[in-house]
Amino acid sequence: MAARRRLPFLLEIGSEEIPAWMIPPALEQLRGLFEELLSVHRLGGRVTSVDATPRRLVLTAEKIAARQADTEELVTGPPAAAGEAAAAGFARKLGVEVSQLEKIPTPKGEYLGIRKKIPGRAALDILSAELPSLVLNINWPKTMYWTGKGGPRFIRPIRWIVALLGPDVVPFEIAGVASGNLTRGHRQLGKPALRVSIRNYAQKLRANGVIVSAAERRRKIESEIPVRVKPDPELLDTLVYLTEFPTPITGSFDEQFLALPAEVLVTVMRHHQKYFSVEREDGSLSPQFVAVMNTSADPEGLVRQGNERVLRARFNDARFFWDVDQRLKLADRLELLAHVTFQAQLGSYKDKTERVVRLVRELGGSEHAVRAAMLAKCDLTCEMVKEFTELQGVVGGLYARAQGEPEEVALAIYDHYKPVSMEDSIPRTREGQIVSLADKIDTLRGCFSLGLIPSGSRDPFALRRAAQGVVKILVEGGHSTPLSWLAGGDAALREFFLDRVSYYFREIRGFRYDEVNAVLKAGCEDLVDVERRLTAIHEVRPTENFEPLAASFKRIANILRQAGFTGGGPVDAALLEPGPEAALYEHFQRVRAEVASSSDPLGALKAIAALRPSVDLFFDKVLVNAPDEALRRNRLALLSSLLTEFSAIADFSEIATG
Amino acid sequence: MMDSYQETVFKLKKYWSDRGCIIQEPYDMEVGAGTMCPETFLRVLGPNPYRVAYIQPSRRPADGRYGDNPNRLYKHQQLQVILKPSPDDVVDQYLGSLQAIGIDLSKHDIKFEEDNWESPTLGAWGIGWQVMLDGLEITQFTYFQQCGGVDLDLVPAELTYGMERLVAFLQNRESVYDIQWAPGFTYRDVRYADELQNSVYNFEMADVPTLWSLLDLHEKEAQRLLDLFPDTPDKKRFPLLAAYDHVLKCSNLFNLLDARGAISVTERVGVIARVRKLAVGVAQSWLAQEAA
Repeated sequence: MAARRRLPFLLEIGSEEIPAWMIPPALEQLRGLFEELLSVHRLGGRVTSVDATPRRLVLTAEKIAARQADTEELVTGPPAAAGEAAAAGFARKLGVEVSQLEKIPTPKGEYLGIRKKIPGRAALDILSAELPSLVLNINWPKTMYWTGKGGPRFIRPIRWIVALLGPDVVPFEIAGVASGNLTRGHRQLGKPALRVSIRNYAQKLRANGVIVSAAERRRKIESEIPVRVKPDPELLDTLVYLTEFPTPITGSFDEQFLALPAEVLVTVMRHHQKYFSVEREDGSLSPQFVAVMNTSADPEGLVRQGNERVLRARFNDARFFWDVDQRLKLADRLELLAHVTFQAQLGSYKDKTERVVRLVRELGGSEHAVRAAMLAKCDLTCEMVKEFTELQGVVGGLYARAQGEPEEVALAIYDHYKPVSMEDSIPRTREGQIVSLADKIDTLRGCFSLGLIPSGSRDPFALRRAAQGVVKILVEGGHSTPLSWLAGGDAALREFFLDRVSYYFREIRGFRYDEVNAVLKAGCEDLVDVERRLTAIHEVRPTENFEPLAASFKRIANILRQAGFTGGGPVDAALLEPGPEAALYEHFQRVRAEVASSSDPLGALKAIAALRPSVDLFFDKVLVNAPDEALRRNRLALLSSLLTEFSAIADFSEIATG
Repeated sequence: MMDSYQETVFKLKKYWSDRGCIIQEPYDMEVGAGTMCPETFLRVLGPNPYRVAYIQPSRRPADGRYGDNPNRLYKHQQLQVILKPSPDDVVDQYLGSLQAIGIDLSKHDIKFEEDNWESPTLGAWGIGWQVMLDGLEITQFTYFQQCGGVDLDLVPAELTYGMERLVAFLQNRESVYDIQWAPGFTYRDVRYADELQNSVYNFEMADVPTLWSLLDLHEKEAQRLLDLFPDTPDKKRFPLLAAYDHVLKCSNLFNLLDARGAISVTERVGVIARVRKLAVGVAQSWLAQEAA
C-alpha cells in the first residue's frame, strides 16, 4: 500500500454577525471539539489555527489521515476442546471456514477464535457524519432558533459552510445549509460568492475585504491609529471581533465639551460609541476620538462627520443632564431615596443609607466619612446616572465637589463602589474605604438575613463581589476590623467571608493553599495579621529547616492524637531526661521567650524553624511512649506545648511536606 | 436632491411592498412600540406566514422633553417590518432598503452590534442587533423567539427603523425638529405642539388616581373577556382583539403612571406582571381561536 495520504482541512462556519465578546471562547471550544474528533476517530493530524470575524468561525488543520488505519477485532468462540460441531457452528455463524479459525490462548485455556480485519473509514465520511453535531455542540451563552420551532440552535443563523479536506468538499448539512467551497466576502467590500480552496482561502478573502486573522486586524488597528489614545485593551478586543476589515478614523468634538468631567466624556465615547479617547501629552483629554470602521476608507469624510454628529448629540445630552441635576443638591435628594427600592424586604435606599451611616460610625469613621455615607446613594436620583448607570458613585463624587462638599467627602463618594473587580484598586482614602466597607457589609448582612445566599452561579445581588471587595479593602487598606463583627453574628456569612479570604490570598495574592490553610487555622479574625503571618510563612518556607520542622509538627499532632492526649499541663522540668529531651526543652524555652518578645512573625518563624535539629534529635533518641507513665505524660506535655505555643502563627501540621 | 421625511417613508413602504409586504396603516391606539400592534404581537404567533410593514407612532411618556431636546421625543415614528418566516437573505434585504432611501453603503460604516430585545410586559423576547450606521443606531433587528410567553412556530424577523434618526441622518440635521417633513413643513411644524402638550400632561397634569382607576377598569374588562373565552362555543367570533385593545390601554397607562413618577420600583414589578398576565392570556387564547 502506498504511503498513507495526509490531508489539510478547512472549516468555515458562515454566520450572521456573532457578538464580539462570545467569539474567543467559542473558538477555543471549536478547537477542542475538533481535536477530540481527530483523536477519537484516530485521524492523526493537528489543528493549525482557529480564527474568526463577526461573520465566520474558521478552523484549519493539517496532516489528517485520508483514511483511518485498519484494525483487528478478536472474536472468540467455544473452547478449543469443545469439539468439531461447536467449531463448525461458530465458523458458520461468522461466515468463515473452520480452517480459518485459530486457537487463542486465554487464562481459562485455549479457545477458538478469529481475527477479523476492520477496514478503516475514510476521513471524508467521518467528517461528514461528525461535523454537523460538532458545530452545533459549541456552547454559547445564549442561543436562538431560526428555521422554526424545534430547529437547530446556534448563536445567530448559519448562512453558509465551507468544509474542505484536501481538494474535496466534506459534504454535510446544518439547518438546511449544505457545505461547499463557496465563501462570502465583506458585505460592502467583497463579492457575495467566492470559490475557495484551502490554499487560496485567506488570500481570496483578503482581496474581498475580509482579514480572517484576528491578530492581523488587531495589528492593523493599532498601527493605523495616528494619535495618542487612552490604552483600552478591552475595547480593542471588541473592535477586533466587530469588524472584518477595521480601519481607524479620527474625529473631533467642540472643545467646550471638555468642561464636562472626563469620566462622563470617556464613558460616552467608550461604552456608548466604542471610541477610543485621545489624550494629550500630559494625560488630559484632547477634543478628539478614534472610531474604528468596518470598511476600508472614508474618502469623503462622511463616516467621520456622521460619528461626530452622534457624539455631539450625546455630549449635548450629558451636558443637559449635568445642568438639570445641579438644580437639586445631593443633600436635598436624600428624601427622594425613600422612593428608590434597594430590596423589597430591606427597604429603600434611604433606609439603606441610614444603616450605612450607623455602620460607618461603628467602624470609627470620621465626620467626613459619615457625610459621604449620607450622600453616597443620592446620585441614583440624578438624570446622569439614570442615563449612564455605570457612572454611579463617580457622578455623586463629581457633584459633591461641584456643590462645595469637602474634598474628603467627594472622594469617598466617588470611590465607594470600589473595588468593582479583583483587579480594581480599593478606594484611595480612608473615608472612602470605610464607606465602601459599610455599604457592602450592609448589603451582605441584609441579604444573608433574608436567606438570599449565593449558590452556584446564581448570585443576583453580586454578594461574592461585595465580600471579595470587603476582604481586599481590609487587607490592602490595613483595617483590623474583626471578621466576626463584619459577619454580625451570622455563621453562614462568616463562612462566606472565610471562603473569600482564602480565595483572595490564593488566587489574587498567589499564596499556596496549604500556607493559607495553616495560617487561617491559627486565627482569621484580623486579616491584616493574617497577611503578615502568611507573608512570613511564605518567606521562611524555602529555608532548609522549615518543611522538615512542619513534618515534625505533623508527627507531633499524630502522636498526641494517637495517645489521646488532651491535657496541656505544664512540663515538669525535673522529669526531663538529660540529653536530647532536656536540650529540646531548653531550646524550646529560649525560642518561646524570643517569640514572645518579638512582634515580627518572620523573626519568630525563623527562631521556630531553628528548633528543627533539637526536635529531630529528640525523635531520634527519645522514646515518647516511655513505659513509665509519668515520663510518658511529661513527654507528651512537652510536645503538646511545643505545638500549641507556636500555633498562634500557623497550624504547621497543615503544611504539605515531602 | 434631499428627500423629505414623507418621501423616505414612501420609499421604504414601496421597497417592502415590492418584497411581498402588506402595507398596513398605523394602529389606531396608543402603543409604546410597533411591536405591540396586533399586526405584530398576534400575527407572529402560530404557523401562518405573514409579511407586513407599517409606520407606527410610538408613545414613550417618560422620554418626553417638552419639545426642547433635539433627539428625544415623547412620540416617535417607527417603521415596523415583520417578515415571517425570516428569509435567508433577510440581512441583505434590509441593507437593500437602506440603499433604496439613498444611503450609498460603499461610503458608510455599517455594524451589527449585539442587542437582544425583550418586553417583559408582553412576555416577548428575541435575539438580534442594533444596526449602527456611522455610529448612529438606526434600526433594531430582532429574530423573535417568544411572544406572549409562547415559543414561535416560525421565526419572524422584525425590523424597527427609528424614522426621525434615520431622516435626520439623511437630511444632515442636528435636531429632529429641523427635519423637513414635507416641502415647506418641518417636523417642528407638524409635531411640536404634540410634544410640548403631552409632556406637560404626562409630567405635570395627569391625575394619578384617575390613571390608576383607568388602569383597573381596562384590566378588569380585558380579564372579564379572557375569562369568558374558554367556555365560548363559537370561538371565531369571540372579541379577543377587543380584549387586546384593553391590554394596550393598560400598557400605556402604566407608562403614563411611570412617567408621572407614581410607580415605585417595587410596585413596578407587580404592575408589569399584571399587564403581562393579560398579554399572555390574549396570546394563548388567540392561538386557540386560530386553531378553532
